[in-house]
Amino acid sequence: MSVLTDTPIDLTPDLPNDRSEGQLLEVSMGPQHPSTHGVFRMDVTLDGEKVVKLKPVFGYLHRNHEKIAENESYLGCMPYTDRLDYICSITNNWAYALAVETLAGIQVPERAEYLRVITGELTRLQNHAGLVGFLMQDMGASGTPLMYAFREREKVLDLFEALTGARMMCNYMRFGGCRVDVPSGWLQAAQKVIDGFPKFLDEFESLLMSNEILMARTQGVGVVTREQAINAGISGPMARASGVNYDLRKVDKYGIYDRFSFRVPLGEHGDVYDRYMLRVLEMRESIEILKQAMRDLPAGPIMDPNTKIRGFRPKAGEAYGRIEGPKGELGFYLISDGSPNPYRFRVRPPSLINLTLLEDMCLGQNVADIVIILGSVDIVLGEVDR
Amino acid sequence: MDEQLKSELRRQGVVATSLQELYNWGRRSSLWPLNFGLACCAIEMIAATMARYDLARFGAEVFRPSPRQADLMIVAGTVTKKMAPQVVRLYNQMPEPKYVISMGACAISGGPFKQGYNVLKGIDRYIPVDVYIPGCPPRPEALIDAFLMLQKKIDEQYLTGPNRPRHLNADMPSEFVVPEFGTHDLVPTQNSEVWKAPLVNISIAGKNESGRD
Amino acid sequence: MNLEEIKSEIETNVPGCRLEIIPNGSPSGQHSLLVDADHAFAAAAYLRDAPNRQFDYCSNATGIDWPIKEVSTKVKTKKIVDGVEKDVDEVVKTQTGGYLEVVYHLFSVELRQGPLVLRMRTEDRAERIHLPSLTPLWRSAEYQEREIFDLYGVMFDGHPDLRRLLMWEGFEDHPMRRDYVDPDDYEYEPTAHDEVLKRAQAHVAAEGGR
Repeated sequence: MSVLTDTPIDLTPDLPNDRSEGQLLEVSMGPQHPSTHGVFRMDVTLDGEKVVKLKPVFGYLHRNHEKIAENESYLGCMPYTDRLDYICSITNNWAYALAVETLAGIQVPERAEYLRVITGELTRLQNHAGLVGFLMQDMGASGTPLMYAFREREKVLDLFEALTGARMMCNYMRFGGCRVDVPSGWLQAAQKVIDGFPKFLDEFESLLMSNEILMARTQGVGVVTREQAINAGISGPMARASGVNYDLRKVDKYGIYDRFSFRVPLGEHGDVYDRYMLRVLEMRESIEILKQAMRDLPAGPIMDPNTKIRGFRPKAGEAYGRIEGPKGELGFYLISDGSPNPYRFRVRPPSLINLTLLEDMCLGQNVADIVIILGSVDIVLGEVDR
Repeated sequence: MDEQLKSELRRQGVVATSLQELYNWGRRSSLWPLNFGLACCAIEMIAATMARYDLARFGAEVFRPSPRQADLMIVAGTVTKKMAPQVVRLYNQMPEPKYVISMGACAISGGPFKQGYNVLKGIDRYIPVDVYIPGCPPRPEALIDAFLMLQKKIDEQYLTGPNRPRHLNADMPSEFVVPEFGTHDLVPTQNSEVWKAPLVNISIAGKNESGRD
Repeated sequence: MNLEEIKSEIETNVPGCRLEIIPNGSPSGQHSLLVDADHAFAAAAYLRDAPNRQFDYCSNATGIDWPIKEVSTKVKTKKIVDGVEKDVDEVVKTQTGGYLEVVYHLFSVELRQGPLVLRMRTEDRAERIHLPSLTPLWRSAEYQEREIFDLYGVMFDGHPDLRRLLMWEGFEDHPMRRDYVDPDDYEYEPTAHDEVLKRAQAHVAAEGGR
């Protein structure tokens, strides 16, 4: 992380202490706003350019996932999880499958675990690539970085399409394994994408990493301290950018993550620049995991033969399963009363909880910084509002 | 004018056209969509504007952040009841002529979330829709198809006569009722000028169907 | 992480706290600790601050609705029927539920432990629905408690900003409760079946047939 420490930080947020001079202006940003990443609204109070108050307003995409799931079978809930965080459907499937497997004590065959890691890390790659592109767009680098990011994303989506039949809503996992095995030639195609990905990162970094405007806009902006981050339940790349060493792939070692050697990048300052860089570094680590998983992928079944996914009725009880999603800790809390439908289906949304500190991050910053702070949190409204 | 003569003239380098054709050609070739995404479909809408699918080939790459500068609204995603008044208000703010593409199952009918208490069962309950594209989400190619369909629709519009489009008819409304938040639902729950419940023969539905008990 | 130990620790450090271990029947083995509403805040503060526990990370807060439900269980009893002793199945009806429940999943980032599942219950579902807010301890509960208030109607005492989170201001009712009746705004599908068919037929009857 020498990259993060070598660059000087001189922008300390100065809170306005004399508000009597200017009049306060209330602005409603959103729900239709080109930079809010969906239908998110913030009621912002401004003193000139400085933010003195910010209240997020949620619910514009509240699609009642949790209520609908109470009338669905366990299998029928799986396609709904695709649409929570609609950029990374496969990791959502994984979290839900893990929760059901915890609830019913299902074992997953080895090959399915490897396929989960491969598709899950590919999802992380395309999520982070997209995020970095959108963040640049928010900063005013209109077009080019986002085009580069989407070019890479499309390559990964092609792989998903060949494997699952859908670009975005993959619906790939089942409790007890995966839905389909890889078609012939898929692994070679995936290897090609994985091998080509570092080139994109190099290109992106040489283009932007030490860009003066980027550093001036992001360093020292939207700072979250380590203590704040833990107390506010911040998870995922955002917490690690604040120096919280908490990656569920290392902590819980769910699936087979204890078999891979990879590093967990940590930030030091917890500002927007650290969050941006952390995603770039995480993509490099994901490529390492992918290389190992592709090398070691064993032959064998992809579904647990003892699991009956249709008409599935787990014993009464409850379980909380969580994974390290690209946005943070994605958890599912399921309560079964012995019937074919879950009695309670709760999604622990990382996007919503990572927004807890949005006001604290934005206070005292300029109004233009709200956009990049929000962009660096990495939210998807489908998951924020559910 | 005779079509044969027209094509003959064109071969000679003379373009003969009617005012109607020229007018429609101008409108259809520069549809400026509103930069407005609601949910999952918005990601596919963005993908359609990127280099691979390149919506610019059809004259629609200029996404405007303000409704005042846009003439096409792509309702891309689930419209919730909390969002519906804003969508209608945005539509009212757009200047005529204006068009609506209802992108994806949710915008058409509520889609997979139809049972939800906070989900509007189709944006056509409040505003008129020109093109529906099904899918969850529709691929970028499907969105391009919707653009072509809309262009075809514009091409066939008459400037005069009783069938002329809304923006040339002063008697037709260009603004629609914005619903308000009630205690349990939106008020009104639909705009009956725009939307009628589809007629379904319920007496036979669910009966005499093989495979059902 | 032994739940019995944690229970006795809290009992010694928070006097008067009534705790109960709720067993979990599923293979997950995530048993939970039910804490009474009056001492919940003190117990949670102890869990957060005790040096050997350090549950500094409140990951998840969930609301659950348990309406009153009659459970009938068959009990075999011996009865004298017509002068002869016989084994008779007797149906015993018991009532369960009738409260709203809030569940917190606590983890320790420092000690890498968890989850500790902490539950609180309201006294009923209509009037006595107050529970202490844990937001002063963990800010991560802020939006989640607002969501529980919105969707289940639990009143969190001590929450800094208890407003609806997802539904609009002016909305009445709490839609995630199991007896919530959602607004009748379907248009009826050509393939109406099950619940939708019943509601469609009711509509047709109300309009005098089509």
